[in-house]
This record gives sequence, C-alpha cells and structure tokens, in this order.
Amino acid sequence: MLYFSKLRIVFITIFSLLFVLIASSNLFKFDDSFFDKKINLGLDLQGGSYLLLEIDNDPVIEQKLQNLTTTIRNFFKEKDIRINNIKIDNQNIFFNVSDENKQQVIEIFEEENSEINPYYPRFKSHQLEIEDTGLNLKINFSRQGLINLKTSSQDQAIEIVRRRVDEVGTNEPNILKRGNNRILVELPGLDDPMRVKSLLGKTANLTFRFVTQNEDERFGVEKLEFEDGTQEAVVSKRIIISGENLLDAQPKMDTQNNQTIVSFTLDRVGAKRFGKATSTGIGKKLAIILDGKIISAPVVRDTIASGAGQISGGFTFQSATDLALLLRSGALPAPLEIIEERTVGPDLGQDSINAGMIALSIGFLLVIIFMFVKYRFFGLITNVTLIINLFILLGILTLFEATLTLPGIAGIILTVGMAVDANVLIFERIKEELKDETNNILAFDGGYTKSRTAIIDANITTLLAAVILFFMGSGPVKGFAVTLGVGIFTTLFSVYFIARLFTSLYVAKNKNNGKLI
Amino acid sequence: MIAFNKYYNHFNILSSALIIISLLLLIFKGLNFGIDFKGGTLIELRSNDTKINVSSLRDKFSQMNLGDVSVKKFGSDNDFLIKFENKDNKKNIIEEIKVNLDKSFGNSYDFRRVENVGPKVSAELLKSGVIAISLSLAIMLIYIWVRFEWQFSLGAILALFHDVIVTLGVFSLFSLEINLSIIAAVLTIVGYSMNDTVVIFDRVRENLRKYSDIKIFELTNISINETLSRTIITSATTLLALLAIYFFGGEILKGFSLAMILGVVFGTYSSIYIANTVLVRLRVSQKTVLREDDSK
Repeated sequence: MLYFSKLRIVFITIFSLLFVLIASSNLFKFDDSFFDKKINLGLDLQGGSYLLLEIDNDPVIEQKLQNLTTTIRNFFKEKDIRINNIKIDNQNIFFNVSDENKQQVIEIFEEENSEINPYYPRFKSHQLEIEDTGLNLKINFSRQGLINLKTSSQDQAIEIVRRRVDEVGTNEPNILKRGNNRILVELPGLDDPMRVKSLLGKTANLTFRFVTQNEDERFGVEKLEFEDGTQEAVVSKRIIISGENLLDAQPKMDTQNNQTIVSFTLDRVGAKRFGKATSTGIGKKLAIILDGKIISAPVVRDTIASGAGQISGGFTFQSATDLALLLRSGALPAPLEIIEERTVGPDLGQDSINAGMIALSIGFLLVIIFMFVKYRFFGLITNVTLIINLFILLGILTLFEATLTLPGIAGIILTVGMAVDANVLIFERIKEELKDETNNILAFDGGYTKSRTAIIDANITTLLAAVILFFMGSGPVKGFAVTLGVGIFTTLFSVYFIARLFTSLYVAKNKNNGKLI
Repeated sequence: MIAFNKYYNHFNILSSALIIISLLLLIFKGLNFGIDFKGGTLIELRSNDTKINVSSLRDKFSQMNLGDVSVKKFGSDNDFLIKFENKDNKKNIIEEIKVNLDKSFGNSYDFRRVENVGPKVSAELLKSGVIAISLSLAIMLIYIWVRFEWQFSLGAILALFHDVIVTLGVFSLFSLEINLSIIAAVLTIVGYSMNDTVVIFDRVRENLRKYSDIKIFELTNISINETLSRTIITSATTLLALLAIYFFGGEILKGFSLAMILGVVFGTYSSIYIANTVLVRLRVSQKTVLREDDSK
C-alpha cells in the first residue's frame, strides 16, 4: 500500500495542481475559456427570485370540450346521425343518439384511424374515451389525451413566459419545465419581483368586441366590468379581433391630450376585420377587453383601414409599458398561478456569503488545530491534504459550474469535519499495528490495508444519503447534497493518493527511527 | 479499557425511555412545521428605525387580517421574522403589506427575504421529505444487509431510528421549526450515524473471525475500545465544524446545524449503546460471520 511509482506521483501532482488552478479561476480572470469558469451562486447567495408557476388547465379543457361539441354535432350531421341533449358536465361531454346508431358512434370513436378522435400509436391510446352509461354516451379525455393537452399548453406557456421575462430584461433568467403543468422561473439579481409577478399573473387575453344593447344577439352576450370596477357594460360574445391579430404594440404619449396610450398594429387579417367592423359600426362602442375586464370602450368615429390603432384607458407610463409588453408577448394558453415564491434580497445574500465564509474559515481552523495537536507531523499531513481536498472540491464544483447555495457551504464545512475521518481511521489502525510490529513499513502498510473496508463502507453510507437528498431535495438543499456528495469523492482521492503519498515518502525516509506515530 | 458493556442494560433502558418520550411528544405535541411544510408566507424584515419593534410590527400586521401572525426577532435587534398562514392564498399580499407598512414606517425598513409557499406545494414538500427519510433508512438497511449479516443490519437500523426519532423529539420538545433544511440535516444524520456504526461493526466482525473463544458481550466491548479514539476524534472534528456553522453561519443555518449537532451526539451514542447491544441480544457468534463467509 505504500509504494508509489514515479509516474503515479507525477499524475497525482498534475491532477491536484489542475484542480487548484481551476478552483482559483473563481478569483482570477483567465483568458483561456477552459479555465474561465466560475461556481454559480445560488439565488439564496446572490439574491433573486424563485417562482414556481402552475398552469391551470381547466379552462383549456373546458374550451376544447366546448369546441368538440360543435365538431361532434357537425361531424355526425353529415353522417345523418342526430345528436341530442349534448352538454358538458365536469369535464365530460354527454349526449344521446338513437339506439340503432349507438354502436356505430362508439365504433367511429374507437377505430384506429378515427377522423374525430386522434390515435397515438406510441401510447396505444386515443385522445378521447367514449363510454355508454346506459342513459347516454359519455366522452372525456383519455389519460394520454390529457397528458398531450397539458404538455402542449405547457410548451406554449413556457414560450410566452420566456418572452415576458426577457422583455423585463433581467440577467440570465432560468426558465424550466417542471412536471407537465408547472414552470420554474429563476430570476437572479432581481431585487423586487413584483413587476415580473404581476406580468406573469396575467393571461393577457385581448379581444375587441362591440358593446350592445340587444340582449339576445346571435352570438350571445355577457356583462363585463370595467377594469377600474366602477361601471359595467353588456358586450357581444362575437370577437372582432383578438390578441393573435396583433403584430406590435408600443406605449406612446398622445400629444393632443397628454395621455399615455398603447398604440398597436394589426396583421393583414386583423386589419381587414378591423376595417370592416369600424366601417359598419360607426357610432357604436367598441370594447377593448383584457382578461375579462373592459379597459376602455371608445365610440367608433371613423373607418380604420390602416390596421393601426390605439388603446387609451387612463394609463400611467408604467402600466402602458406593461400592457404593450403583454400584448407583444402574446396570451398565455391558460392562467398561471404562482404556487411557490422565494425571494432573497441581494444584501441578505451577501450577508449569507460572509457568514458562510467566516464559518468555513473558523471550522477549518478548528479542525486543523485539533488535528495538529493530536497527531503532530501526521496531523500536518492531514491538514495539507485537507487544504488540497478543499481546492479539488472547489475545482470540481467550478469545472461543472455547479450552483453553490448556503446549505452547500454548510456541506463543504461538514466535509472538512468528516474528511479527517478516513485519515484518523488509518492512523489509529497504524498505531494498533505498531503495538506488536517493529517494522514501520509493515505497520503502515497493514494500517492502510486493514482500515480500507471500514473507510469504504462508511463513505458509501454518507454518499447514499447525499444521493437521496439530491433526487428528493429542492433548490438550496440540492446544493448541500452536491457538495456533500462530491466532497466524499475528493476526500477519498486526497486520503488515498495525496496523504498516502506524503506518508509513504516520510516513512521510507524514517523507517528506522522507532515508532513513527 | 473502558467497560462499556457494564452499562448495556442501563443505557438500553434509557434509550427505550428516550424513544418512547420522543414518540409521545411527536404524537401529542407534534412538530412545529415551518411554511415549507405548512404553507404560508414568511417575511424577513430589517429596520433602521427604533420605532419598528416586535410589538409595533405585531400591531400593524394584526390589522391586516392575515389570520395568525407570528412576529419574532431574528438574530440581531433590527431583524424580524414575520410568518402568517395566508389562508386564502391571496395573490398580491406582499404588495398590500408593503403599502400598509409604508403608511406607518415610511421607507425605514426593507424586506430582506420573502417566501410564499402554497398549500399544494407544502403538501408535496412534506410528502417528499417523508419519502426521502424513509427511503434513506430502507437503503441503509439493505446496504448493511448486503455488507454484513442481518443481525448487524437490524442493529444499525435500530440505532438510526433512535437517532432520527430522538432528534425530532428534541425539536418537538422545544418547538423548534422543521423546514426543508432540517430534512437535509436528518438525512445527513442518517449517513453519519451509519458511518459511525459501520466502523465499529467492521471491527466486531474482524474480531469475531479472529477470536473464537470470546463471547460477544466481551467482544463488542473490545471492538468499541479499539475504535474509541477514532470515534472521539471524528465526532470532535465534525462537531467543531458544526459549531462553527451554528455560531458563525448566520441565522438561516442555525436550525440545520443544531439538528446536525444533536444527530452527531446521538449517532455516536447509539453506535455504542444500541447497535452493539442488538448484536449481544441476538447472540451473534463466530458462526454468524463464518456462515456468511461460506456463502460468499
């Protein structure tokens, strides 16, 4: 166990120096891109916001089922099958058909290349399930159908979220999918997340619809509140143009009356529809509706054929900027809810870094003094090894650009405390060997060999705990698992290569000087 | 040589009592779950005005209809930790609070940290915490089973149960807050306690192979003594590191390091007085390990 070949010594030296170099790239700037890596600071250390958003898919499902009732009615009409009493209840569609058609309808839904019910061969599942309840036929989304629907609304939502966050212009936001109905947004360095939160909390569903007095219009009507909550108006459900028709939106200052407005331009289809509606609707009020609330309802005075218009509604410059931003980035497919938020101010982050570093230095110092007092020369070996171990640990974290959190720093301090364990096991074993062995080399060799199983077992148990923590933990706690886990490997490396190398060189030189430890 | 084995019975009674008391505490007093597991809102507020203190803050917050509000000093005299349930999960609650506080305190304060955990998330976090701890215990059990005989596995797992339950018992007794980092601490305790037990077991097994004429009662004592200086040194260095975190690592890590300190103390104790006594009570002998060697 004590013999090291020249090649091995060279390898160990180069390896250790390499990681010391990589670790020090956190302090200095290197031109070489390989060395110019840094440990990322977690949100709890650099300050910032962590937002977990959940997509409320219920409105999407309702909307899809609503559309489906129309599709079903039209589809079977062509096949001369009458659909009766079609209704939606609790995310199911119910309808009646005559008894002789029942089997045929079910077959149409269940055949593999059904025109009305897409089949996913990969999952051996249709989008929809049909069931004969006896009273009527029931249709609902299959498990796979729901998963597809959720995934696609998540894909759309993450795109919109990204656009909105980018527009606010925070540095290096991190936007990730979580499960199939959640989005994780990490905003480093953001002191006040309120603006982002309010931007993400809005669906931004924009529609232009006419205010009507005619209660029984063909498309149906609904009563909506104004945004300031002071008035109500009855508007038609017929949508003239929607947010999808928007090409651009910008906040502007209306020079005539010194008001802040949002000006917008429409795409071709939108411009055409807008032109037609404004020409036939002169004198009527056109309501501009965002997320079910009327922003304003100006009277149409002229035909607007240019495809450009403006929204006024008592905006401040900030609210106009935000509205324009929301309109540019598009509507979310479904409302988002912030179900978890963690925000740390930058000064608390800095305080945490300072506290962590002080704790690390003091912990390190205490351990080093303790080891030196206890083992003298071999304590010194352990301490030098411990320092190199720390550098290798930081080097690996840097190399993988891992995220360091406050619990992560705690993990490093704990590694320092536990890293000496392996060396202690070895030294104690050597002491025992030396009780009835006068040959230093044999005693040291025996000490290393006989302590090995205990060291490996002991480290594997800690590693297992770290691995579980990594997979089950979240956020900052994950950082703890990373440093603790990586620390085990670096500890084993430094104990078995670096400390053993020092020990073997020392023992070879002093083998005849009596009991060495 | 210290006669640890003289006190096996005494300490077994003590351990059983500790476990029973802890279980009773956990059942009847329960744990003080933080917002991570209960849901709700937490604000860490720093003031630079002596007008702001616990009672004035409590006054202001109780006027805001937030349900049960707790206001506490947090570390220094001008840092406060405010927690409330946020039952209706109101969206713009932080903004509303800011507007309200601005009215009375102007800008002489600052939110240093805001955490808001919805009921769904807190339920999930609790579930995954429980799963993580159970999973780690199960994996340790299996690992020791693979590496040693089942008697050892049982001894190690009883020691682990003891450490986890008594640590949680202390948290319950003093109503210390259980949050995500405490789960991390408990998992690390599991790893550490196991680590400690394994080192002694490894020696027990080695001695079992070496001596056929020494009874397990004596043999465990020999093994404990042989590994004792290592046990003390490693516990000492680990505790030194943990004490450094506890005293200098800032308020946020206090609970975490306290749990770890307790865990290291209990873990060291249980390796000696629980894990080994199980071997004694199960009458482990040289046959136990030789049979294992044959089957390999």
